[in-house]
Parts: sequence; C-alpha cells; structure tokens
Amino acid sequence: MKWLPLVLFLALVGFFAKGLFLDPREVPSPFIGRTAPAFTLPLVGDANASFSPADMKGKVWILNVWAPWCVTCRQEHGFLMQLAQTGVIPIVGLNWKDKERKAEALLARTGNPYVAVPEDLDGRVGIDYGVTAVPETYLIDKQGIVRLKHTGLIDPGVWKSKFEPKLKALGA
Amino acid sequence: MIPEIGNFAVILALLLALTQAVLPLYGAQRGNLTLMAVARPAAQGQFVLIAFAFGCLAYSFLASDFSVQNVAKNSSSQMAWFYKFTATWGSHEGSMLMWVLILAFWSAAVSVFSRHLPEDMAARVLGVLGLISVGFLSFMLFTSNPFERLLPAALEGSDLNPLLQDWGMIIHPPMLYMGYVGFAVAYAFAMAALLSGKMDVAWARWSRPWTTVAWAFLTCGVALGSWWAYRELGWGGWWFWDPVENASFMPWLAGTALMHSLAATEKRGVFKAWTVLLALTVFSLSLLGTFLVRSGVLSSVHSFATDPGRGAYLLGFFLVVIGGSLVLYAWRAPKMISGSSFGWYSRESLLLANNVILIAALASVLLGTLYPLFIDAMGLGKLSVGPPYFNAVFVPLIAPALFLMGVGPLARWKEASLPDIVTRMKWALGVALATGLLLPLTLNGFNVWASLGFFLAVWIALAVLAAFIDRLKHAQGGLLQKLAGLPSGFWGMQLAHLGMAIGVAGIAVVANYSSERDVRMEVGSYAKLGGYTFTFRGTTEHDGPNYRAARGTLEVSQDGKPVATLQPEKRVYNISGMAMTEASVHANIFRDIYVSMGDQLDDKGTWIVRLYHKPFINWLWLAALFMVVGGIMAASDKRYRIALRRSDAAKNLATQGSAS
Repeated sequence: MKWLPLVLFLALVGFFAKGLFLDPREVPSPFIGRTAPAFTLPLVGDANASFSPADMKGKVWILNVWAPWCVTCRQEHGFLMQLAQTGVIPIVGLNWKDKERKAEALLARTGNPYVAVPEDLDGRVGIDYGVTAVPETYLIDKQGIVRLKHTGLIDPGVWKSKFEPKLKALGA
Repeated sequence: MIPEIGNFAVILALLLALTQAVLPLYGAQRGNLTLMAVARPAAQGQFVLIAFAFGCLAYSFLASDFSVQNVAKNSSSQMAWFYKFTATWGSHEGSMLMWVLILAFWSAAVSVFSRHLPEDMAARVLGVLGLISVGFLSFMLFTSNPFERLLPAALEGSDLNPLLQDWGMIIHPPMLYMGYVGFAVAYAFAMAALLSGKMDVAWARWSRPWTTVAWAFLTCGVALGSWWAYRELGWGGWWFWDPVENASFMPWLAGTALMHSLAATEKRGVFKAWTVLLALTVFSLSLLGTFLVRSGVLSSVHSFATDPGRGAYLLGFFLVVIGGSLVLYAWRAPKMISGSSFGWYSRESLLLANNVILIAALASVLLGTLYPLFIDAMGLGKLSVGPPYFNAVFVPLIAPALFLMGVGPLARWKEASLPDIVTRMKWALGVALATGLLLPLTLNGFNVWASLGFFLAVWIALAVLAAFIDRLKHAQGGLLQKLAGLPSGFWGMQLAHLGMAIGVAGIAVVANYSSERDVRMEVGSYAKLGGYTFTFRGTTEHDGPNYRAARGTLEVSQDGKPVATLQPEKRVYNISGMAMTEASVHANIFRDIYVSMGDQLDDKGTWIVRLYHKPFINWLWLAALFMVVGGIMAASDKRYRIALRRSDAAKNLATQGSAS
C-alpha cells in the first residue's frame, strides 16, 4: 500500500517518456495502403504540360507538398536537393496554394529538386490528400499506393529513420 | 549589456539556490545551526537577484531590443507599452523566468514569516524550496534562456501572439503561477516533516495558511483564464476541457482536497499520511501541468512552442523530485499513525468523503486528459477526448461532494448526531428540492441537470445560512456585533462555500439556458435572440496601434427600448497577419449579451455575426471572487497568529532557559 503512489507515478512517467517521442499532431493518413488520389494538374512554368500520379506508375516516388511562402519548406529544400542529386528516388513537388505564383522564380534561384512541379492553385488536390499544413510528404509505390505520410520537415534523421526502412521494404 | 547582466544575475541566483538547498538541509540533518542559518539570507538574496533579472528582461522588452531573440520573437515596436511589458512572460522562456521569480518570492515570504518555526523545520522547508529552484533555474539556463541574443539583430519583432494581447493576459499568468508555485510551499512543509521524521500535527498547522493562500491565487488564476477564453476566443465558451485548462484545474481539485484534509489533520490529528501524500500530489500536479504545457506530449490550443529536449529535462526533473518524495513517503508512512478515532458520522468522516470524491473527480479529469497519450503510447491509434466525456463523468462524480458541503460544516468533530442534523436541515432540504424541481419549469421546461444544479446551489447556500444562525444563537450583542465577532476562519470558509453555491447556480443556468445564433446580417437588418433585438448598423474601418480592424455596430433593444450599442471588432494584426475577433459584451448580473464578428460576405457590408445570450455567466466570476476573498480571510485567521506568538514566546523562554 505504501509503495502504491510510487508505482502509479512511475507508470505515468513511463507513458510520458514514450509520449515525448510521439507527435500528437501527426494524424495518420487514411490513404496509407490505398491508391493515391488521382489528379491532373498543369505544371509550374509550362501550363500546357500536365502531371498525373498515373505518370509515375512503375516507379517508387515521393510527393512533396510545398509552397514558396512556407518557411519550413525552405529549410527542407537543401536536403531535397541532396536527395535529388543522389538520384535514389524521383521527387514530385506539389506547389500548394501559391496564389502569388512565386514558385518558378524561387526554384530558378535556389535550385529545383523536383522531376515535376504540378500547380495546385486553389488547394483542391491538397484537400483530396488531407493536407493540413505544408510541408507534407507522401511515399508512393510502383502500383500507386501510398505507403507513408510525413508531416513537417524532412531532414537526414527523418529520412534515415522513417523513409529508408520503407524504401528497402519496397525494394527501391 | 542589460540582457547579459540579467543572465549573470540568473547564474548567481542558481549558485545561491544550490547553497540554499545543500547547506541548510545538511545542517538540519547534523543539527548545525550555522549551516541552517544560511537558508534565510540565501532565499532573500535569490529573490533580489531573480527580480533584478526579470527587470532586465522587462527592460529589453520595453526598449524593444530586437537583438534579444526572445524579444524579437514575441514583441514588436508597434505594440502598446503595457503589452510590451506583458510580453515579458508571453513566451515559454519568459514565463519560466516568471515561474522562478514567483518561487523565489514565495521562498522569501517563507523566510520572513517563519521566525516562529523551529530552526531545523525552517531550514528544511527553505532547503527543499531551494532544490526546486535549482531544478528550474538550470532548466531555464540550459534549455530556455530568455536572454539569448539574436545576431544580427532583427529590425522588427515578429509581434506577440494577438491572442495574448489582452489585459486578461496581464494578470492571468502571474495569478496562476502564484497558485501553482504556492503549492510548492505546502510541498516543502510536507517534505520537511518527512525528512525530519517528526510527523506530528505541527507541520499541518504551519502549512495551512500557505496552502489556503496558494489555493486562493490558483482559484483566481483559473477563473481569469476562463474569463479570458470567454472574451478573447469569441466562441462564448468559458471552459473547454482543454489539456491546458485541465492542467490548471487538477491542482485546484487536489488543492481543495488538501485544504480540507489539513483541517482534519491539524484539529484532530487524523489522516496524517494521507495529508502528506496529498501535499506531494498537489505539487506534482503543478509540475505535471508545467510538463504537459511545455513538452508537446498532448496537443492543445494554447500550449507553448515545444521541444523534446525541454520535455526530457522536465520529465527527468519530475521523476527525481516526485519519485524521490514518494520513496521518502513510502519509507516514513508506516510511522504516521492517526491520532484519534472518530465516529462514522462526524466531521472527520465527512471530510474524508469529501477527499475521496475530490480525488475520484481528479482521477477522471487526469484520465481524460492523458487518455490520448496512453492510447498513442500503446500504439492503439489516435484519438481525442472532449467535453462530452468530461461532462458525463465529472458532473455526477462531483455532485455528491457538493451535497456533503451542505452537511460537513454543521457536523461536529469526532461524533455527530445524524437525527440532529436531519431536524436542523429538513427545511433546507425541502426548500432546495422544491427549487430544483420547480424552478426549471418556469424557465424552459424540465431539465434534469438544471434541476440538480439548482438543488445543490440552494442547498449549499441554505447550509451557509444555517451555520450562521447556529453560530449567532449563542453570541451576545447586536447582530452586527455578533457577526463581527465570528472568527475570520469561519467567515472565510462560509464565504468560499457560498461562492461555490453561486458558481453552481451560474453553471446550471449558463450551461442549460444559453442561446446563440450565427446570422447573416445586411446593413440595417435585425435579428432576435433571447428577447433582444439586434440591429446591424454596418462596419467602419479602424486603425489600432498594431492592427487594422473592421468595427461593427449593433444596436440592441428590448421591447423597443434601447439597451446597448455593441461594437465587436474583427482585427487583422499587421505583422503576423493573424485575424482575431474582439467580442463586445454588455453585462449585468443576470446575463451577458455577447456579439462577435464572423466573416464579411460581400462588398455591400454584409457580415456573419454571432449573437450570444448568456444568462448568469457573471455568477461564475462572482463565485471565484467569493472563493478568493474567503480563502484570504481564512488564511488571515487570528489563531494562526496567536499560535505564532505562543510559539515565539515558548522559543524565547527556551533560549532564556538555556542562557541562564
């Protein structure tokens, strides 16, 4: 009986310790294990060309939702450039709600890690994917099925711990 | 230079806190008076240093020194000077500085008002407070330094979160922290008792006024937070069962339980171990609140920017402080034997029931708050727990405690007579039941929750009346003389209980009879709500110091007679671009008419306007006022001072004895 308060307390601390490594804001995407929602959007800089997830059939690829006005996206831009240079995986950059159309100039200035930059001007595709905040990144497999969703910045640590194991499992 | 001087003062304060912790605790263990005597000057010196550091940070804010990172992130040159000042504690780092400032304030207060305590007790209490201060000062210095520079300096700050640019925020955090941290004193007294092994009732008497004052501050802080949310969030709600609100409510529940069990321990020597455990619990809940708000383990509408490193430090500190205390508790608990027996119906048994219920209610809030974390940690998914859970579980749990509030103060210590209380309170029960059953019928049809609320409110209020009648029966003199003759402890308790009755009545009405409408209003159109007619006169542009506002004008009338002109605003803050609604309220004791602006619909000045009719909402704040005044009166009861003088006299006698 006299040890009971301590035991309860330690159990609570155990949960908190676990909780420190979890993110309560990260909501799992209901699309994981399902086909990525289809869309066809014009490309930034070339309104006549368009992009659709179906174009990537047969490849494991990444859909990175970003915006020129998003500061965190600029932080992760450097890592995406490195990733693009290694050529491990093609990255498609969904340009989300870029009302001022700054993406083309920005990419020209800072470098373009993307194989394609479809333009989601009114954010409708973002709604289909359940984007709550940029940046968000989806890993999509050869059959067009969403395998992973990450909310927030991708840095080398996140890439190693979250994306690499999945990539291995997918054999890419 | 100024921020560096402030930083240096904090470092000195940390060294002094270490001294305050180590030397007196060691001295008390070895019976060394010289070492024990370090405690008081160390505590006072620490207060001076931290107050100075706080002044340095406040100066940086007032001077808009954007080379200080904290200032650049949480202030801007456009803000009014008083918001610049309050921005000092608007961030995580700044609020930690306020935390340690208030801890130092309480420690200094203990050092001044502890002259009557035995030296070793005072040394241990201050030593424990010093240990807590070491933990928080080093947390601040190593993970959240408010004086950190930003080089090159920013040209303009990124503004204080507009939600915090409200005068409720000027007083809410200091009050809340006075409460949170004030319980550290109760904790330190309990720890000192455990450390010394002398767990007689003396520590209960000493810590009672401190606990009551801390509780009064916490009550005030929680109420101000609720009042701020009510006015500032623009939803007309006053309690959302948000994790951060719960973090302040849980220590309040436990603190309420502690005040009552301290009374029983002090007067009758019962529940000794339980009271010690409660004192530890209250402060651990204060620490838990700090951890939850700053670690990011729960998502909440108003938590600070979070960082796992900070969370890990706080958790480690929490583990050492509370884990250590509980080990000590387990070691000493078997020594604590209750002093006297009591009958199954007595004030002791009623206070015990009060404690059991309060703790059960507390557990229900704790479970609801942490449930998402438990589920997530066990990998069972993501979920959130909202008001439906809390209302369904908390209300039925707390209702019996409210009923017992009516009986407890009338029951005698040791052995009370049940038939006696039945005869004395029959009429009150009858009146309360009749009110509960009939009053809702006159309002809006029968409603079981409103009935329960009215019944309990009337019951508690009549019990307060009965207690006064009982006390005055035997007193001499005129009525006013008699009333003035009652001890302030009695007054305090009754006022606080009456406050509870007022609060319960207010909640019963506002929760069940409020009405609201979201209406599309063209210029010149009108809408009706709660018997009032609201006519929309359009909006005008208005420039504030750091925002632009669209200010709407609504004329409110009742039966053709004008009641008020309300001017709610929709503000867009210049720097952050954040949109904020500024509600406009016309208040009286029976209701608030509350209007806030939604969105503009077209160029012709058509808006969505939210109209609220909130009957009895002001009774909630009135209730808090009664409880705060009650708490302060109870803490200022003469008998604590008499006890003080007596022990002073005893000490003088003892020193004279040893001198001769």
